[in-house]
Formats: sequence, structure tokens, C-alpha cells
Amino acid sequence: MDNLILRAKELLENKTVQVVIGYEAGPTGVVRPAFISDPANADSLIYDERCVQNLAVYLTKPEVKHLGRIAIVSSLPVMRSIMMLISEQQISYDEIVVLGISADGVLLDIADLSVMQGYIDKSDLSNPVKYKELLAELKKLTPAEKFEYWQKELSKCIKCYACRQACPMCYCTRCTVEVNQPQWISVQSNAHGNMEWHILRAMHLAGRCISCGECGRACPVGIPCHLLTMHLTDQVYNYFKVYAGTSEKMNSVMSTYEPNDKESFIV
Amino acid sequence: METIRKLIRKQSLEKLYNNLAANRKVYAPVIAADKKAEYKYNPGFADVTFDHIRSTLSVKNIVFPKVENLFFYENSKTESTITDIDLDKIPEVVLWGAHPCDNAAFDTLRSIFCWDTKDEFFSRRLEKLTVIGLGCHSSDEYCFCTSVGLSPSSSRGSDILLTKLQTGDYQAEILTAKGNEIVSSFPDLFEPLTDEKVDITEVKQKFSHKQVTEKLAGAFEHEFWIANSLRCIGCGACAYVCPTCACFDIQDETKGKNGKRYRSWDSCGFGLFTLHTSGHNPRHVQSQRWRQRIMHKFSYMPDRNESLGCVGCGRCSSGCPVDMNIAEQLEALQNI
Repeated sequence: MDNLILRAKELLENKTVQVVIGYEAGPTGVVRPAFISDPANADSLIYDERCVQNLAVYLTKPEVKHLGRIAIVSSLPVMRSIMMLISEQQISYDEIVVLGISADGVLLDIADLSVMQGYIDKSDLSNPVKYKELLAELKKLTPAEKFEYWQKELSKCIKCYACRQACPMCYCTRCTVEVNQPQWISVQSNAHGNMEWHILRAMHLAGRCISCGECGRACPVGIPCHLLTMHLTDQVYNYFKVYAGTSEKMNSVMSTYEPNDKESFIV
Repeated sequence: METIRKLIRKQSLEKLYNNLAANRKVYAPVIAADKKAEYKYNPGFADVTFDHIRSTLSVKNIVFPKVENLFFYENSKTESTITDIDLDKIPEVVLWGAHPCDNAAFDTLRSIFCWDTKDEFFSRRLEKLTVIGLGCHSSDEYCFCTSVGLSPSSSRGSDILLTKLQTGDYQAEILTAKGNEIVSSFPDLFEPLTDEKVDITEVKQKFSHKQVTEKLAGAFEHEFWIANSLRCIGCGACAYVCPTCACFDIQDETKGKNGKRYRSWDSCGFGLFTLHTSGHNPRHVQSQRWRQRIMHKFSYMPDRNESLGCVGCGRCSSGCPVDMNIAEQLEALQNI
């Protein structure tokens, strides 16, 4: 990843950016996000198949924004998250420099927003292949079997909200679950409260999830909660023929109405 | 009481387990479908693992459940009627095969829950708990019990501590009256100990907790906190898998006229944790919350509770989605 390191150094040295967000291997060998402000430290940047975390989650954090202009190492899911955050007016493209990385790990020259748009346009935007099989398996289940499957999985939930915190699209400063006057959903971690939380989370991400799988990866107890949002990604595409994070001007399908929207769900 | 050491044969362990499980709730580790260890109530002995390093969740839920009902209420136009929880219904539990770090954590929790006012819910659950611990014959890079004053063979918190012998049988250290009661109930299963060659893993010491505590006293404003917490995403995974984290939130949930007040796990890593009604938040960024986590465990607790708030189990680090490795950070803090 010499090109990435050189580019990161250059951006820091000529003060185009104040920080580069990328990946490094920690002392125990675990790959984790790195925040590089000193060009001399850019050599620790890596990029390989272990670099899976969606770094776009940091772009909306006040303490990270406070650092100055950001260059961010961006695989396709990160680029789509950025597009989504721009469309929802959470960030502006001027605040960041995208260090795009292709699917085969090559540094891309993302000169501006239109180049990033072009790269997203020619990419496969459906759910990642490794999850398609699982989704297909789940689809085969009867509604009762599905309910049983999710009851069992969600019973493990401890309400640590790692799924929410890991998601670039869950940027609300105050989540609905943290509002208790009135209390919208049950905050207790039991069958009822867990189900309510995961349905709420999935529905808030319908049409906004860019299928990075970060929520499932972050879950300390191994709930495949990414399959819920990925299923909705399929549903949204089936109904509205759009994928999230594909345009800076996209409207969220769940909060807009078009006269030609399908209404087949109305009984 | 004075510690008594006995021998229990491998095949006798099964008899002991089955005898206990016949009329008590026994909480024991099994290997789950995802190959990780988890604790279950009364699993079959064949499923109980003796080789796990750490379960994903700690066992603190026995004494500090993730949701604890405090009372029920019924509202009328003029008054509320409260129904207390019957604490006598808390069942007796035998914790089987938990490691020394987890068992020592019950002491740490007691130092929090019974610091000033004795917490009835916690105390009653702890009274009903008997711990048959298991010394560690394996460990991994996340373990750091030896850095926080414990070891793979610490008996703190156990009523009986089993340790694998090189022969494959087990040494049983009988440490408390509760432990002695179990041994006395099944005298045939325990034999005099002759061979004492135990199979215990070695856990390398990574830092000195005393030095860390000393350093922390003057490190509140240190740049370390921001630099080392930028990647923290502010979830509660570390606190929820932690055997000693004891913070909770209290909520009311009402349906019609009836409702209940309960407490559930909370985490100082959440932004909302210190948000005041006024809108002011004294810990408004993640670095302040991360600092609080370390300070609480390694500075405030030794100072106020005379106990360290960490048992070195490594769960917070192995369960963290962004590798906020606490042992690594404490090692670095020792040298700032």
C-alpha cells in the first residue's frame, strides 16, 4: 500500500488535510482504525482484506470533525456512506478527501464528487455475495420459522447498541431509545424490548443502509442483525429500484412519496 | 476457614455435577453454536466445557441481571399501590467452572453495591450463590489477571476451586463454609490429595496496577485520552461484557394503570450517560468517557472502595469492535 502511504503523507505535509483516517495493525495484530495527524506516522497505514470496518462512522463525530479537514480511506461501502451522509446534509464533500480503494485493493484517484459518483455507478450495489446465500436461506423459512429464528437470535441481545454506534447512518445525537418522556420503545433487554429495538433500527435504515455489514460485525454476542437491514435493502430495491448511497441528491424512499410508487402492500 | 485440599476424580466430577443439578440451578459454561463459550442453566454434563478461556459475557448477571424488576405499581386517580418484589423467591444458584477472574469480580461488585447502602437485590442474590471455580489451564493474549493482582489460580470469590492436575483428575480447594457444605454432602466423591502437580497456565504480567494508579492521579488532563480514544465508537459492549461494571439505569414502564420500575445495565461510554436535564453534558466527547472508564476502575475505585475495578479477564478488549485494548492502554499509561 505504498501509494496510499505516499498520498496520505503528501496530504498531511501540504496541509490539505489535518488528519487521515485509515487502518493500522495494533500491537496484538488486530486491524483497527487509525487517525494519523503526523506525516511521519503515515507508514503505519495498511490496506488488506482485514480492513473491513466502515470508517465513515467517524465523519459525523464532533471530536473528529474538530481535528480539521479529513482524508478517509474509502472502500465502496465507505464511499456510499459518504454519499448518503452528503444527501442527508450531515457532511459536505468539501470537508473531506476521499482516498478511494478499489475492490482489489488499488488506490483510486477520486479527484472530486463526480469521480466518486462515477465509481459508485459502475459498481455492483446489491448485497455482498457472502450474505446473499444467508438471506436466501432465511427467505425460505415460513413466517413462523422466521419469527422463531429471530426470537432466538435477539434473545442474545444485551442492548449495548454496538450495532447503532458502528453504523455511519445512525448519527442521531439522541436516539429514539434514549427518549423516555414519553417512552417510545421498551429499553429493557428482554424478548419484547430486544425485538422492538431491532425492528426500529432496521426500519430506520430501510432505504438508507448501504450493506456494509458493520452492525453485525460489531455485535459482541454475534447477532446477524445486518441480515435485517440487508433484507430491507433487497425489499427497497424490489419496490423502488434504488440503492442507498448512490447520489448526493437522493431522497430517502421511506420519507418521500412519488405518484408512481407501488402500492401493492395496501390490502 | 482454613483451606482444605482434596482430590476429586474426573468421573466423580460428573456425579457431583449431576447431584447438584438435580435440585438446584447450576450455571455452567458450554460451547455455543458460534464456537464461543456461554453459560447456561443446568446443561447436561456432557456439554459442560472445562477448556474454555473466556465466555463472551461474564457471569455477573447471576447477581446483577441485565434487567432487575424493583417493584410493580398500580395507579388509580388518587394514589399508587406498590407491590414489592419477593426477594425470598431468589433461587439458590451454583456457579460451576467459572474462572478466577470472574469469581474475584463478585468481590469487586460487592465493594460497589454494598459500599454505603447495602443493595438488597444484589446482596440477596450473592447470598444464594455458591461458586465452584476452575483454575485456568489455558489463556490467550487478552488475559491479564496477573497485572491486576490476580492469577490463573486465584481463589478469591470461589467457595470451592477446582484445578486440573497433570493426571487429568482435579484438585479441590475447599475455601468457605458454603464450599464445605457441598463437600460434606457428597463425602464419597472426595479423596485425600496426594499428587499436587497442577496444570495451570502462565499469564504474563503486562503492567503494574499500582504504578498505573499512581500515574492516573496526575493524568486527568493528559493528551493521552484524546489520542487513544478517537477510534472508540461509544457503544456499551465493553461495559456490558465486563464482570465488574455495575452502572445501571432506572426506568418506569407503564401499560394502562399498571407498570413496573426496573433497573438495567448502563454504560459510561454512552453520550447520554452524563447528559443533564439542562442540556449540559460534562462528558460531551468520547475521550472524556473513555478516561472515566479507566479512571473509575484504576483510580477512583482503589481510592474509594479499596478494590481495583478490573479483574483482567480481557473481555472488553476481545469484544471491542474497534480494538480498544485496555491492557495495551494501561501499559502505555504506566509510562506516560
